[in-house]
Amino acid sequence: MIWFGSWHLFRPNLDAQVGSGLRLAAIAASSLVLLIVSFLAHESWPAISSLGSRMVTDASWHPSAKASEGTFGMWPIVVGTLVVTGGAVMLASPLGVVSAVFAEFYAPPHVAVMFRGLIELLAGIPSVVFGLWGLMVLAPLIARVSPPGQSLLAGVVIVTLMILPTVMLVTGSALESVPRERVRGAVALGMGRFAVIRHVVIPGARAGIVTGMLLGATRAMGETMAVLMVCGNVVKIPRGVFDPVRTLTANMALEMGYALDLHRSALYTSGLALLVTSMGLVACAQWLGRES
Amino acid sequence: MSKRLHGIVCLILLAAGCGRELPSDPNIMPGLSSTLEITGSSTIAPLASEIGKRFEDEHRGRIRVNVQMGGSSRGIADARSAMADIGMVSRDLNLDETDLKHFELARDGVCIILHADNPVRELSREQVAGLFTGKIRNWNEVGGSDADVIIVNKAEGRSTLEVFTEFFRITPQQIVADIVIGDNEQGVKTVSTLVHAIGYVSVGTAQYDRDAGVPIRLLGIDGVEASVATVADGTFPMSRTLNWVTKDEPTGWTRLFIEFSTSPAQHDLVRELAFVPSES
Amino acid sequence: MKSTSRVQLPTSGGQGELAVTVVMWLVASLVAMILIGIVGDLVWHGIGGLRWSFLADSPARAGRSGGIAPILVSTLLILAIAMAVALPLGLAAAIGLSDFSRRGGAFASIVGRTLDVLAAVPSIVFGLFGNAVFCGWMGLGYSLLAGGLTLACMVLPILVRTIEASLRSVPDDYRVAAASLGISRTRATWSVLLPRASAGIVVGWVLGIGRVLAETAALLFTSGYVDRMPRGITDSGRSLSVHIYDLSMNIPGGTANAYTASLVLVGMLLLINGMTRVTVHVCLRGSGASE
Repeated sequence: MIWFGSWHLFRPNLDAQVGSGLRLAAIAASSLVLLIVSFLAHESWPAISSLGSRMVTDASWHPSAKASEGTFGMWPIVVGTLVVTGGAVMLASPLGVVSAVFAEFYAPPHVAVMFRGLIELLAGIPSVVFGLWGLMVLAPLIARVSPPGQSLLAGVVIVTLMILPTVMLVTGSALESVPRERVRGAVALGMGRFAVIRHVVIPGARAGIVTGMLLGATRAMGETMAVLMVCGNVVKIPRGVFDPVRTLTANMALEMGYALDLHRSALYTSGLALLVTSMGLVACAQWLGRES
Repeated sequence: MSKRLHGIVCLILLAAGCGRELPSDPNIMPGLSSTLEITGSSTIAPLASEIGKRFEDEHRGRIRVNVQMGGSSRGIADARSAMADIGMVSRDLNLDETDLKHFELARDGVCIILHADNPVRELSREQVAGLFTGKIRNWNEVGGSDADVIIVNKAEGRSTLEVFTEFFRITPQQIVADIVIGDNEQGVKTVSTLVHAIGYVSVGTAQYDRDAGVPIRLLGIDGVEASVATVADGTFPMSRTLNWVTKDEPTGWTRLFIEFSTSPAQHDLVRELAFVPSES
Repeated sequence: MKSTSRVQLPTSGGQGELAVTVVMWLVASLVAMILIGIVGDLVWHGIGGLRWSFLADSPARAGRSGGIAPILVSTLLILAIAMAVALPLGLAAAIGLSDFSRRGGAFASIVGRTLDVLAAVPSIVFGLFGNAVFCGWMGLGYSLLAGGLTLACMVLPILVRTIEASLRSVPDDYRVAAASLGISRTRATWSVLLPRASAGIVVGWVLGIGRVLAETAALLFTSGYVDRMPRGITDSGRSLSVHIYDLSMNIPGGTANAYTASLVLVGMLLLINGMTRVTVHVCLRGSGASE
């Protein structure tokens, strides 16, 4: 490619300097993660060194029990995070992509603008408000089917609603930027609307769609307040969607203000665990979204 | 000093991050503004904030009271490390916390709440223990309708949990919960939307909400009705204290504030937030 | 901006086409209905308290009476600080990644990955981190500045990723054409690529603003709980979402005002987004870059 191979085509000084500056900005941005990781590692160290694998193997989570009776089994909470995040991504991705396709290709212009506006509105609603709606409206509704209502299902629905805007808006942006010529070409070949979308637009927007899904997934994993209010927060591996769950983030929010010493350190460890999990997620997404 | 210059000086002081420098005698440096940092329990934070505003008005611009949340443990930690001038702790102090000075601001009862439509009117201590430890599973075993009991418990480390478990002679590990909540309002909202739920929250919060129309019922203990009044006259048995903690004997603005907050003139603020003022 | 350059696809295509169209409309309707339900719930509970005094007064009785004026000021200041830091940095980083480093190379790949991980950090961890670094180590204490900086960190990955994706999707034809004209990469990026990618930049901005306004846990530990009118950015001040949290979860009798405040927040979001769209539209039209 001419662009990257032939620096000599451009004013080398300006571009080199600007380039260095910009790359520096990029490095600064990404070094934040290093800072956060070291912060978490520092705070988690007491728990990791004295509890170690007990944080996974202990039978229950009762960290503030007196003296040596404290148990620190976090595994059900890790499972809670995985199922809530997984469920939300599985719901929000197709919904988000379909919504974006709808707004871009199926809706009349005015409807599309209104729909997109509605979704943008959703993006700014605080998690507390979602949580409140979930607590007062959604959970009681679910409770009619199967008590207690505050459950995995409630959590998945709420988080789906929260990450939907991200997935839809980023996907929409990706769909829009598929080169018009390709789309027009497909139309000229006589392909129907859905065929064009399926075979030309979506593959062309694949990178952006994966970005949207990844941003949504990471947001889902980091969501704190809303899941705290609707998931039930019981430390147990859920056997069905109607069982209550606790996520790592809700665990931190719930107990951090009242935790001392080892308990506090254990909570930071769960934060570290979250970060490590998200690194795995990012690696997966990178592999999935590789440009062909 | 002109207001603008005053403001600029304040900003410079604040920017230098030295807002926590306190004069030991409030009459020194009368023109400059000091800051009182108070952190800790989210239960006390609203009350502290309201008292702080009154205190600021009374001393007109010479003191700023900054209240921050973060939990009782944070209150203790910050008071100890002098990151805060005063810590807010919504429980009695532990044995290993006796190095700190504490001052009782108010009292708060803890009571059991049910949904207003739940026919059960009273429960004995054994029944409560049985319900929360999972031995009693159905409401019809205690005189209610045929439905599974939904237990709403508080999260670990909360003082209401400690008060509750100590009173009913059970341990937190024994409680089998269907829902775990954090703050009192979350508990009220949960129970008020689930007919078969049972939980425990601050008496003041529950009474305030019930009187405002939220469909919950407060259960008495040993025949004593659960209300702010019975907590005040001491007849209600389950209660906890809301405390200020400081590292050393308070002086200067800290002392003034603590005295101000516990004086009878501020009892209306305490009652407004449904706590019971402590006699200073 | 978008509607003018939309490609019209043929609506004919047989039975399969009809089924797909029905599904599309069903899904969109479902999503819209739930959203309208939530917003409707908000309006239903909150509209009663909405009056001018709510916007202009200070809170009284722990927020159950009075208004939210100081809180609005704090929120806007936090937003301004966050975006003032994150947007330039994010834009620079995104451009650096997409156009000034080898595509698919180690640099872009590693930085990209770390930014994705940054996007996954839970808000409460940001709060604790911000508290330790900005409030503690940098000595800012509980302040709007600390809150804004913390949120800048949170919003950065969203901005970088969306702007970068947007820049990447601009066809290389433009770059090649610029190269053939002897235009420097810097100039080409600024004058040609960025306007082309503006839709994506706006999306990043909108998502960023949404994130800032919606954030609670991170701000609780950095900009704090104080509900007084802030005297400067080094003063502590609570954001609207923290106020909503306090009213609904911590203060008996605060739920009604929590809903009203939520309504104000949503209104603020709509206003800012609307202004953004208009501004970009006007700027682009001026530079003649829109189709």
